[in-house]
This record gives sequence, C-alpha cells and structure tokens, in this order.
Amino acid sequence: MARIELRNVQKSYGAAEVIKGIDLDIQHGDFCVFVGPSGCGKSTLLRMISGLEPISGGDIVIGEEVVNDIPAADRGLAMVFQSYALYPHMTVRQNLSFGLENLNTARAEIDSKVGEVAKMLQIEQLLDRRPKDLSGGQRQRVAIGRAVVREPRVFLFDEPLSNLDAELRVDMRGEITQLHRRLQNTMIYVTHDQVEAMTMADKIAVLRLGELEQFGRPLDLYNRPKNIFVAGFIGSPKMNFLKGTVSADDVNVVDLETGDALRLPEGRFNQVAGQDVSVGVRPNHLSIVSDGSIKVTVKSVEQLGGEAYVYAALSNDQSFTLHMPGQIGAQIGETLSLSADGDHMHLFDTASGDSLRAD
Amino acid sequence: MAKVLSFLTATRGKGRLHWTDWVSYGYLIFGVFLMFGPVVWLLLSSFKTPNELDRFPPRFLPYAQETLVVDGYDEPLLAFVVTEGELEGQTVGQTRRAAGRSEVVSPSNPTERVRLTTDQLEPIEGIAFATENYTQLFERFNFLKFFWNSTFITVTATVLMLLFNSMAAFALSKYEFRGRTTVLLLVIGTLMIPQTVVLVPLFLIVTELGMFNSLWGVIIPGAATPTGVFLLRQYMITIPDEILDAARMDKASEWKIFWRIILPLSAPAIAVLAILAIMWRWNDFLWPLIVLTRTENFTLQLALNSFQGELQTDWPSLLAMTVLTLLPIAAVFMFLQKYIATGIASTGGK
Repeated sequence: MARIELRNVQKSYGAAEVIKGIDLDIQHGDFCVFVGPSGCGKSTLLRMISGLEPISGGDIVIGEEVVNDIPAADRGLAMVFQSYALYPHMTVRQNLSFGLENLNTARAEIDSKVGEVAKMLQIEQLLDRRPKDLSGGQRQRVAIGRAVVREPRVFLFDEPLSNLDAELRVDMRGEITQLHRRLQNTMIYVTHDQVEAMTMADKIAVLRLGELEQFGRPLDLYNRPKNIFVAGFIGSPKMNFLKGTVSADDVNVVDLETGDALRLPEGRFNQVAGQDVSVGVRPNHLSIVSDGSIKVTVKSVEQLGGEAYVYAALSNDQSFTLHMPGQIGAQIGETLSLSADGDHMHLFDTASGDSLRAD
Repeated sequence: MAKVLSFLTATRGKGRLHWTDWVSYGYLIFGVFLMFGPVVWLLLSSFKTPNELDRFPPRFLPYAQETLVVDGYDEPLLAFVVTEGELEGQTVGQTRRAAGRSEVVSPSNPTERVRLTTDQLEPIEGIAFATENYTQLFERFNFLKFFWNSTFITVTATVLMLLFNSMAAFALSKYEFRGRTTVLLLVIGTLMIPQTVVLVPLFLIVTELGMFNSLWGVIIPGAATPTGVFLLRQYMITIPDEILDAARMDKASEWKIFWRIILPLSAPAIAVLAILAIMWRWNDFLWPLIVLTRTENFTLQLALNSFQGELQTDWPSLLAMTVLTLLPIAAVFMFLQKYIATGIASTGGK
C-alpha cells in the first residue's frame, strides 16, 4: 500500500520559509494534484516527497514508513520531470532500461518489461532512436515510460505537460488519466493549470505561498471553496467578487461599494452586521434582468456561437465577467443589469479571506 | 572530392576574377606559405647530408654528389665532370684530394691517375634522400626507447588528467557544498602562479617522494591542471540538473551518474582537453629536463636537446628526429580536430 502522509512538513532556505508546515493525507490509488500559482512551493513539495530535496522539519510517511532520511533512490518512487530529463546520449530503449539495470534486473526481464511498456505507450517503433530525434509528445511518452517500467509505488509528475502545445496537452491529459486507471497507483501531479487539476484529479491540494489552502475533491473545491483564494483560483473564467459591508439594518443585505444593495439567501452564511465582506458569484451563475442589483458596463464581448463571454466593469472599475449560454445581444458600452443566483452565491470575510458559509 | 575542389577554387567574380579574389587568394596563399614553409623546409632538410646542410647558399631540395665505381678501387669514388683541360667533358672519380688539387681517374682508364686543380672539376649532383639520417636514429641512438618514454608519459598523464579533472569538475559543478566557490577560486588562482616559481619546490617534493629520474615524476605533477578543471566545469554546468535527478530516481549511484551520464555528455569538452593534454605532455620540455637525467629515461624532446652539443650539433639526426616527433602529434590533431571546433563552440559559447 502506498499511502502518503505529510505531517507538518517544512522547508526553509536560510531564513526564507518556502514550505510552512503542510499536513496532507493521500490515500492509496488516489490521483492527487498539487495546484497553485508559480512560486507557491508545489514543485518543491513534490521534490521533498521524492527525496531529491531534503526537508527542514516534519515527517514524510510513505506506506507505513517515515522516509525523511531515506535517499530518493530507495523510496520506490518514480518521477516525470517538466523537461522530461531523458538521457540524451542513450536510445529510448536504454533510457527505459537504465533504471532496471540499476536494480540488477536480469537482461531478459528488462527486455520483456521494456517491450511491454513500449507497447502500452505506443512507442515501440521509437525504441532505437535518441531523444533528440523525437517530437515533444513522443519524448513525453518516453519519460512516462521510464517511470512506468520500474513499477514504482508512487508516480510523481512535475508539470509534465507544460512544454506541449494545447492540443497535445489535452491528448496527454487523457492518456495520463487512463494510465492511472489502468495501473491503480498513487500519483501526485503538480501543475499551475487549474483546468488540468479539475479534469484529472481525484483530490486537489491548492497551495499558496508554501501553505495548504484547501485539500479535497475537485467539485468540493469548486462548490465550497474554503477561502477567497481557492474560490478565485479554481474555475475558469474566474469568480467575480463584489466588495461591500453587511447592512446594519438587515444582515441579509450587503451594501456594495458600487452603491447597490445585494440580498443574500437567508441562513446560509454566518455574517454579522457591519462586517466587511466579499460576495463571490461565478460568471455562469448570473442572469440579465431588468432590475438587478449588479450594474455593469460592457467592455468587450466574445461570441463563440454556443456560448458567450462578456467582459465588463463595475462602477468602481472592478472587472466583472459574465458567461452566458447561447448568443447575446450586448453592445460595447451598454449597461447591463444582472441578478445573481442565490444558491450559488459565496460570501467571504474581506479581511481574512475565509468563507462565511454556515454549514 | 568535387566538392572540395569547387570549395577551394570558389571565386566571387563570375567568369573573371574580382579584385577581392586576388586579395583573398593572395592572403591565403601567403598564409599557407607562412604555416607550411618551415615544416616543408624541415622535412626536406631532414633528408640532406651533413655537407649539404652546411652548404651556403642553401638549396631547397636535398642534393648529394653521385659516386662512381671504378675497377681497382674498393670504395665508390665521388663523381666529377672535368670543365677544362684535355679531359674536358669526361666523368671522373676522385681518389685523393689535398691542398686544392685532386687526383682523379677516368672509369674508362682506371690505371691512369690524373692531377687536376679543384676549379677544373665540377661535382655531379643529383636529388638524393639521405635516409641514413633516419636509419641511424635506430642504429646509433635508442630512438624506440625515447619514443616509448614519450608515449608512456603522454598517454598515462592524459588519462590520469582527464580522470581527475573530470571528477573535480563534476563536484565543483554539480554538488552544493560549503566552500565550493572558495575551492574553485583557489583552483583558478593557481593559474596566476607561473610554473617557474614552483619549479624548485616541486622538484624538492618529487625528489622526496623518490620519483626523481622516474617517468612518474613527470606524470604525477601534471595530473591536475586548473585549466582542465575549469574547462570541464564550465561545460558540465550546462548539463541540466534534472537529468541527474532523473538518474537518482532511477536508482543510479553518484559514481554511476558520473560514469554513465556526466562523462558521455561531456565528451566534446573532454575531447578538447584530451587534445590539449596530449600536446602539453608530448611537447613538454622544461619539467622532464629537470626530473629526467639518465639517457634511458629521456623523452623525445630531451633526446632532441641532447643532439645540440656545446661544440657541435648533429643536425641530420636532430632534423630527422624532429620530423618523427612531429608525426604523432600531427596525426592526433588530424583525427581529433573536428572535436576542437565543436568543443570550443560549445564550451566557449556559454
């Protein structure tokens, strides 16, 4: 069993704290994605799990064993690097067999395993080529093959798709998901792309500035973000935020900065009168009405035929996005009056950023 | 071949020569003359007899006086043609020569000796290669021993140097450790100390270690060079760390990473250093001169030096051995020169 548990794991370079104490429990067989903006420490955290980067504090447990002092080679993990890191002077076959040779595997067994993996990843015809003669997608497959062939307990992926073009990225996304389904291994995948995270993960860990913001299933993160950062990070286009103050007369009314008043659904949030709050509404949970409480001026419109995006601004110049199914007749410069769907409204404390959800 | 020819005869002008063609070809031919002139002169001189070498004005091609076999004389006689007198136009052999007069015999009449003044005689000469210059290197001198000493020193010192320099460069380029920059600066700093300054202390150390008059006394002090460490380090820095990390994840030991990943990937830089090392060791003179004093330990360079005495210099042997000394290094250069260009491009470019 390859459960991975992080207990208050820390990393600092001198005085600079990069990872500020992370607790995480990844179950066996889970596909876990670390996502966050660049510089959030997600790659460092992955390298710490792999053993390539020593940890400054806490414990890393793989299976039932604390592996803090076990070198990378002996942790039984395999890693796919962002730059693929294939050995440029070796053929694909040698690249795939290098790890097995280091394990003193018998030649016949190496050959059969390499053949099996090459067949699975459809790189059989490339076995005698060198990495420089391969395309980006082929290199990616070889890099994955090199990880798979050793039958590791856990796979680690460090932004493996970021060097591929958009189309290939979608294909490889599907292949990695299929691979996970077939091998049933624990996988940890690092990306800065929340779409990759949403589409591939069983569990997502959102990281920011070396801290774990939220850990959970993709739709839980989407539907019930714990704080304003996760709300803004997960989902595309981004969630709109309306700043305001909870009315002194009625706690279910927010006086927006724009001067309008927005009514909140009753009993869903723990807000108090006079509290500074941010109301979060996703672009697709809005509708155009005649007397809505949100007034925006259209800046640009993207008509895709089946759906339309409207990029607009509030009266305080804050940008605001609207996503509508079908086609829309809005003109640039026009003022739209919108109402938000109360069931999908989020409320955050502006100062702390925490969600004010009651349940 | 046709490609080479069309490259060598490329012109800017079409049909007739542009003035830049004249300038560039003139410059290039001058360059060829400047580079190859001395080498060709050396090569031809190495085939000249001692007399021909002493001749003034010198001649380009090696000439030697022809000889005649005359009945009644055991040795072949030097051949002359008579320029005046009753024997004019005849070929004669010289039997004796003293005080401006020569005693000659005609091959047609071997019993009659004729006395002539030297200005009546014109030597008959033809192009002849004095190959004895070369053969006597093997007969009179122990050329093969010198050659073996030079080869042994060059090969062993180059192998050791590549091994130790690449290991040092690997550590200095790929490991983070306290004092790494200091070590690197110390290594580079030694470049600023001229060898002549450390000559005496180095000699004392070598003598203390019992390596005086031993080939190892030449090999070991040259095994670590700051230039080599720096050159290889600069190249190894360009090898991505992720490849090393990948190898670590593949359960490769650090030693294996060095042998299987770092060394093959540094091949261009190592080739450059190998060429430099071979040239340094092969042409090294001062240090072997100090350490090696017994003739059986001499390298080719020392043997060449020993031909040059205080009173006389054995020019034929000196020139012949110089040619033989040049050949291996020229061959190494021809085989490895393509690596120099790629190596310098990839090490210097970054």
